[in-house]
Amino acid sequence: MHELALCEGLVQSLEDQAMSKGFAKIFAVWLEIGALATVEPDAMTFNFEIVARGTVAEDARLEIIPVAGEAWCMNCSTSVPITRRGDGCPTCGSYQLQVLDGEQMRIKQIEVA
Amino acid sequence: MCSICGCGEHDTLEHDDHHHDHPHDRAPLHAHAAGMPATRMVQIEQDIMAKNQRYADANRRFFASQNLFVVNLVSSPGSGKTSLLVKTVEALKSEMRVAVIEGDQQTGLDAARIQATGVPAWQINTGKGCHLDAHAVGHAMEHLPEIQNGVLFIENVGNLVCPAGFDLGEAHKVVVLSTTEGEDKPLKYPDMFHAADLMILNKSDLLAYVDFSVAKAEAYAQQVHPGITSFTLSARSGDGLEAWYGWLRAGVARVTMQR
Repeated sequence: MHELALCEGLVQSLEDQAMSKGFAKIFAVWLEIGALATVEPDAMTFNFEIVARGTVAEDARLEIIPVAGEAWCMNCSTSVPITRRGDGCPTCGSYQLQVLDGEQMRIKQIEVA
Repeated sequence: MCSICGCGEHDTLEHDDHHHDHPHDRAPLHAHAAGMPATRMVQIEQDIMAKNQRYADANRRFFASQNLFVVNLVSSPGSGKTSLLVKTVEALKSEMRVAVIEGDQQTGLDAARIQATGVPAWQINTGKGCHLDAHAVGHAMEHLPEIQNGVLFIENVGNLVCPAGFDLGEAHKVVVLSTTEGEDKPLKYPDMFHAADLMILNKSDLLAYVDFSVAKAEAYAQQVHPGITSFTLSARSGDGLEAWYGWLRAGVARVTMQR
């Protein structure tokens, strides 16, 4: 969904960083994207290429660091892996799950000159 | 091609068989030629939704300062959001201040329907856009008269995908699902049903004519969002509306008592 809008926000953040930290060119961007985040990594890569044109991030490589989904199962009282929303606990099948990790969409680091 | 999603010309969701022909193996993008400046790593740790979030946080502070209980109504097109709103503002306008922000790609038809009830409404047209964002909502507030101690409804663009990811500064997202749609929508669009705190099953007057199971829809919603509240009602016949009004009154009471 709306990956173009997200990429516009991402590129604006990168331009802001370039301005405040004083670098002229970005070669690579590492994004942490959780399995439960509302974003499709392939669409991010496709849109990033377009949005970055004519900016400090033109031709930058987008590296996506996938983060697995993890939830607390109320029934098992333990943390369990989940791959998407609506999945049950892989051990007991319960849907009483509290997501612990895998919802993030974060810029981790950038390679600049 | 949708300007926001980027969907259309290149369907990014159908990548499995790679029929389109651009290469995905990329050439090295920066050769370290002699004389080129050395690169360095900069740690950023910033959410890519940070910009929308800053606007949403500002909206939320403003709403709190005005004692406004703000509800973001989301659904697919045609679920009856506007009809439900017209009925709701008619019922509540004598007991509390009410205002409405309408979001659609085009036309001011929905805002006109609300304004006909005597309640202030402002229409946002998103053009090619598929969702409202917090920045547009902040500006819409400049066009509404100052209201305090009441409820602000934001009717989002009819779309069960994108609006899930955009915080507008609301107290709650409320998802409307109608009985003429599939009861399995909570499973098909889990992000939205996870983001919403209340599910309204609308068009209950048609239950006798359609194969929609309220019990199944509720079970599916619980699966993606354990503990989600659900009301079954008909904006057309008025059945079940009291529970929804009660939920709204409680919300307004909470924000006005916090002062």
